[in-house]
Formats: sequence, structure tokens, C-alpha cells
Amino acid sequence: MTTSTWLPPLEWLGPPADGYRLLARVPADGVARSLNEHRRDAPPPPAPRRRPRSELLDSIEQSGLRGHGGAGFPTGTKLRAVAAQGRRPIVVVNGAESEPVSAKDRLLLMTMPHLVIDGAVVAASAVGAKTVIVCVKRTARGSLESLERALAERNGTDGVDLRVVAIPPRYVAGEETALVHFLNGGPAKPTITPPRPFERGVDGQPTLVQNVETLAHMAQIAAYGPRWFREAGTADEPGTTLLTVGHRVYEVGFGTTLASILVASDVVEPLAGVLVGGYFGAWLAPAAISDARVSNPDLRARGAAIGCGAIMPLAARQCALVESARVVHWLARENAGQCGPCVNGLAAIANTFTAMVAGRADGRMAQQLVRWCSEIEGRGACRHPDGAIRFLRSAVSVFADDLERHMQGRPCAGVHERPVLPVPATGEQWR
Amino acid sequence: MSYRLRIDPIRCDGAGLCAEMLPELIGLDDWGYPILDGTPVGQALLPLARKTVAACPVLALRLEAVDHR
Repeated sequence: MTTSTWLPPLEWLGPPADGYRLLARVPADGVARSLNEHRRDAPPPPAPRRRPRSELLDSIEQSGLRGHGGAGFPTGTKLRAVAAQGRRPIVVVNGAESEPVSAKDRLLLMTMPHLVIDGAVVAASAVGAKTVIVCVKRTARGSLESLERALAERNGTDGVDLRVVAIPPRYVAGEETALVHFLNGGPAKPTITPPRPFERGVDGQPTLVQNVETLAHMAQIAAYGPRWFREAGTADEPGTTLLTVGHRVYEVGFGTTLASILVASDVVEPLAGVLVGGYFGAWLAPAAISDARVSNPDLRARGAAIGCGAIMPLAARQCALVESARVVHWLARENAGQCGPCVNGLAAIANTFTAMVAGRADGRMAQQLVRWCSEIEGRGACRHPDGAIRFLRSAVSVFADDLERHMQGRPCAGVHERPVLPVPATGEQWR
Repeated sequence: MSYRLRIDPIRCDGAGLCAEMLPELIGLDDWGYPILDGTPVGQALLPLARKTVAACPVLALRLEAVDHR
């Protein structure tokens, strides 16, 4: 595998029938495409009016687009829910990209900022908003600079109030209620629901929170039409998706086989497994990889989901359990310090799992881990504990044989390898 | 119309009074935070449930009407 670089090198992939879409015109030098260059093939987005533009709502709905931030919710449904509130909504562009193994949103923001902004203007027009707030982590300097330059180029010509807000670089800060909380002057921590942001969000207004990649797709749907959009992917899951595979970003049609993506990204060595969907995702065993597809129904049947599109192949010489224990610890530390079950439970789970991996645990502790997982799930204000538990459970089940040997004091040779899954320092700031 | 208990996990600080007062519907996890069994509150327990809600020192417990339609 290539090592992590700050800006991922670009590679394009996918059957020719799919073609490249979001990545089709990414400059090879990685320098952001200017507005003049962008407008050569992308028409200006329709400006917002006083009311929602129903033709745009129809287009997005017909396209079958779903969110690319993680949950995969149908975008048309979300837009209609915001538009139906009858008060002036606000659009929030979610560029937090908290997943340490995801780089696709950063790639779009740094190289194709005008495509993303076009999408945000399309979203604003669709729901009748006049305000767009783009949220990016404070530490994502390249994205922030690219956005500021792009907004200066557009010079207020979109009929929308566009601004960029730097958010604290914490994992849960990208959760939509946490974004809203921060934009309303609070810490970037999740709040309880209801109300959901679409009902009452920024300044109490209905708020559409949409992922960067989702908006880029919306820009192209508005420009080229839902029929064009549906030419890629499958009937049930139309369009393409960006994937971050081992620190490089690819674009493929939904339904592409996972194996073909791994081959194209030069993953040739034997694998211990593949982590699909980032740290809120799940492990796939090597046996499941050969026929798995980039498709949510297919992956869900295997206990996984596309999520944010981060795919991390782990070489067989690495120890998947050590990697998983580090990630579970990191997720436990990334709790917002708010809900007792998450604060206490994730720490206890991380410690117990580590003890099992290190051969310091007995069967009673293993049973306790199982009980804690089911007791903690669903008891946070947000889904952070649920995501961490999903990840842990998949590690325990996919690497069950390895775990048995670890617990008997016979760990795999990979424990001596340098770990590869990143667990970045995120600091303590919530404001 | 039936009722269900709900906890605001951000407000809850694990005082545990609720589990003491209403063990029929509320248990505690290993750190003293309440676990609700999620079932509707039956008529017989409704008065006690209301008292339990009122007793929470941080107002984290609520009784919500469930609309069956």
C-alpha cells in the first residue's frame, strides 16, 4: 500500500460505461479548478427564489440520489422535508469528513470547490434558502483556503449568502446536530433529537445539512438531468460514488465489485480483511471480498455498509485485532463527554477488548463485553456509541479464530508490525 | 393513548433515583445509568411513573404520550 499523503494522488477507475463524473475534471496538479475553467462545462446553478423550486426537488427525487456522508438517506426526501416546513431554511454544507480514513470530501473541496458550491446553491434553490454555511474542520487548511478563494471568485453572484465556518476537529463534530449546535454558538457536540435540524436548526430555522459529495452530485443532476444521472450505477442504486481506498480516492458506479476496486488500486498481497465504511463501518473477511459489491443491500447482507465510502484493505501480515483495539480506543476517547453510557461504556469496552487481544482476559470478561455492547447500544444522544459497537462486533466476529488464539496467549505474528490504521490526535477543543 | 418513559442521556448524571423508585421499568447499568426496558407504561404503574419523573434531580426523565393512531 502507498503511505498516507496529505493530498491523495488521483486515480480514476470504473467501467467505461460509467465514466468519471465528479472526478472527471479534477486537475492533475491538484490545484483548485478556477471558476472560469469550471464554467466551461458546468452551467451556473439556478438562483434561489422566495419559494422552493419544485422542478429541482423533482429532479433530485427522480435521480434516486442518496446521501454520501454515511447514513445513505434519500436526498429528495430530505429536501422535501426541509422545503415543507414553510419557513426560510438554511443550508449547511457538511465538510467535516471526520473519518480518518476518508479523503474524498477534502479532495473535492481542494480541487473542485465550484462544483461543491454549485451543489450548495442548487440545494438552496430547491428548498428556498438564501443562506449557505460551509463547515470545514479548522485543521483542513487546504480546504479552507480553496473555499475562500472560490467564494472570492464568485463574488456574490449566486443570489445566496455564502460563508465558510471552521469547526473544531473532533470526530463527532460532523454529526448534524453537533454542527447545528456549534453554529448556534454552543460546543460542537450532539444534542438530543427531536427536534431534528430539518425542523429546527441554525437560528431555529429549518436546516438542510448535506455532505460535500452529495452536493457535488446534486450540481451535476441539476446540470445534466436525472436521466443522465441514472445511466451509471444500478436501477436500485443509481449514480457513482467516491471511495477512499487506502488513502487514494476513486469514483465507481454503484454495483462495481469490491475485488475489481482492490485490483485497480494495486492491492495484491494477501489480506487479513477489508474495513468498509470507515470507523463506523465493519470488517469483511477475505472470503467475503471476492464477490462483494459496492452496493448497500449487498454489503448490509454481510453486516457492512458503504457509509462514507472509506475502504481500508488490511494486509494479512498485520494483526487485525491490534488494529481494531486501537480504533476502538480512539472512538472511545472521541466521545463528547455527555452521555454516561457512552463515556463509561465505550472506555470499558475498549479496555476489555484490549485485554482480550493482549491475552489478559478470561471467558467471563468476554461475556461481559457482549453484555455491555447490547446494553450501551442506542443509549446515547447520537449514534456514536452504536457506530463504535458495530465496528467492535464486526472485529470480534470476523476475526473470531484469531481472537481465540490471542486469548490463549498465542497472538498472531502481526502484533509486531507497525499499525497502519490512523488514530489521529484531535485535541480537546469543542469550540 | 399509552405512555412511555424517555431519558435525556445528556442531562442524566446517573443519580439512580429512578431505578430505586420504579424497578419494574428501570434498571441500572454497571456505571449507575438507567436502562429502560422500552415497553409502554401500564395503567397500574402510571401514577408511580409520574412521581419518578418528578423525582429526577436533573429533570432527565420524561413520560411521553405514544400516539397509536
